[in-house]
Amino acid sequence: MATDDSTADIERLIELMARLPGLGPRSARRAVLHLIKKRQLQLLPLAEALHRVGTTARECLNCGNIGTGDVCGICASEKRATGELCVVEDVADLWAMERAGVFKGRYHVLGGTLSALDAVGPEELRIPQLIDRVAAESITEVILALGATIDGQTTAHYIADRLQDVKVTSLAQGVPVGGELDYLDDGTITAALKARRSL
Amino acid sequence: MSGLFLSRLTLSHFRSHKRAVVESDARPVAIYGPNGAGKTNLLEAVSLLTPGRGLRRAAAEDFVRRPESLGWKVTANLHSLGHIHEVETFAEAGGARQVRIDDKAATQIALGQIGRVLWLVPAMDRLWIEGADGRRRFLDRAALSFEPRHAESSVTYEKAMRERNRLLKDMVRDPHWYGALEQQMAEAGAQVLANRRLAVEMLMSAQTEAATAFPMADLSLSHPDTELPDTEDGLRDALADNRRSDLAAGRTLIGPHRTDLDAVFRAKGVAARDCSTGEQKALLISLILANARALEQMIGMPPILLLDEVAAHLDEGRRATLYDEICALGAQAWMTGTGAELFAELGDRAQYLEVTDDAGTSSVTMKEAP
Ligand SMILES: Nc1ncnc2c1ncn2[C@@H]1O[C@H](COP(=O)(O)OP(=O)(O)OP(=O)(O)O)[C@@H](O)[C@H]1O
Ligand SMILES: [Mg+2]
Ligand SMILES: [Zn+2]
Repeated sequence: MATDDSTADIERLIELMARLPGLGPRSARRAVLHLIKKRQLQLLPLAEALHRVGTTARECLNCGNIGTGDVCGICASEKRATGELCVVEDVADLWAMERAGVFKGRYHVLGGTLSALDAVGPEELRIPQLIDRVAAESITEVILALGATIDGQTTAHYIADRLQDVKVTSLAQGVPVGGELDYLDDGTITAALKARRSL
Repeated sequence: MSGLFLSRLTLSHFRSHKRAVVESDARPVAIYGPNGAGKTNLLEAVSLLTPGRGLRRAAAEDFVRRPESLGWKVTANLHSLGHIHEVETFAEAGGARQVRIDDKAATQIALGQIGRVLWLVPAMDRLWIEGADGRRRFLDRAALSFEPRHAESSVTYEKAMRERNRLLKDMVRDPHWYGALEQQMAEAGAQVLANRRLAVEMLMSAQTEAATAFPMADLSLSHPDTELPDTEDGLRDALADNRRSDLAAGRTLIGPHRTDLDAVFRAKGVAARDCSTGEQKALLISLILANARALEQMIGMPPILLLDEVAAHLDEGRRATLYDEICALGAQAWMTGTGAELFAELGDRAQYLEVTDDAGTSSVTMKEAP
């Protein structure tokens, strides 16, 4: 399609959509065309929702989950104060665990794994906050749901070593976690949580 | 009957080969042709049917045929204990090496599970006199042939060590971070050491039991400056104890990455490095044959052997003996030499390929026994 002034805005939208995970130039083009045809029903509500999330979405100051307030719903709920804290690499892992609906405690999102070569240290990973929370929220068990990669395991060992005064467990081995929980079905997540072992 | 061999090998846009197709049976493959024809390139292609960077230790982008630089591909029908696997390894232009086994994407480590390939190349002639790296690699190839998971343990150890080295270089002092990495290095490192000890044991007993004309080498493992503990706990403690000196050096000074393989020519009681050029070569051949015999015992099939220019360095008697031992083993040995006469003693116990160069493109032709 030729790009002239009359289509420049649409082309720009297609280009932005094509950068989304799971979309390519072709599917982005189809999606945009679809939206334009359903302007009232889909395009405008989408624009409105994007705008609102764009101004309100932020990380929970406590756990790193993404929500629209300073503190996310899970951290705000007294019911979730079970004394169990599940440590994940990414928000996607947290959401996957929530979808499975088996874990009743709270979360802590690290935002990555330790990697000296990539200059990611404990300070970059909300690990100091994790240590504070364990004391402040009377945590009795920290469940590590980190990847089986070398960086994921280094991070697990690191945290276990820093948290000497609380029980630290890890999801059953052989379960691909760490940004990958997202791809697991609920049953697998449930099984991995049940079969957690002490570190 | 041989349990491990290639029945078909194709190379496309691989180094000097634009397209080469080799149909073979389980017998050894004798390859001859002038210098620069593309013989070693053919062996290198076969060496990529195992994990790693092949017999020249090259990067994926070096394999691509220049000047086209379109990406390359090697495919093979690999017979392994009565099964036939279709193995493919390739890289797109500028991409990493990929593997497919029986039409499914696979890891390089999976290659090590179905096939075993061992090689001797002229660059290894100086193995006993140069640095420990070459000997360690030789040992790790043997270890990998006995324990395919050796690749995984080695990679884990190396990766964790690179992380630790970075901490050392950056003068990071966080003991928990070192501890977490040392734990992983110790776990993987103990496995690496166990696999290497197994390899040494296997090579020693295969040499002892064999009727061979090649000399026996007494093998042992050593570590510079200090005795290396071989248990996981021992390694972890040793690494922790060594942090101070490692910080000063800016890298990890102890560990399996510094192990050396020592060899003594038993009949003379002389260290391999002090042996004559011919004796040093004979020791290597002896170890490769021992490795092959040990594998035959262990998994029921000898490995595929790649022997680049071995014939050239042996006198006629030794050459005949080598061929006899290879044929007795039933190994599909891919051997190169500049002239067909180097393989005369093999007769029709082998199949023959002539490789020639045509203005920068290799061509491969099947030949009758000379
Ligand atoms: N990536 C590449 N693209 C094109 N040609 C290449 C590439 N890499 C190597 N070559 C060429 O392949 C040719 C053959 O190399 P090879 O080492 O296989 O020869 P050879 O038959 O083993 O010779 P020799 O008897 O000297 O050992 C060399 O001339 C080299 O320049
Ligand atoms: Mg050569
Ligand atoms: Zn929260």
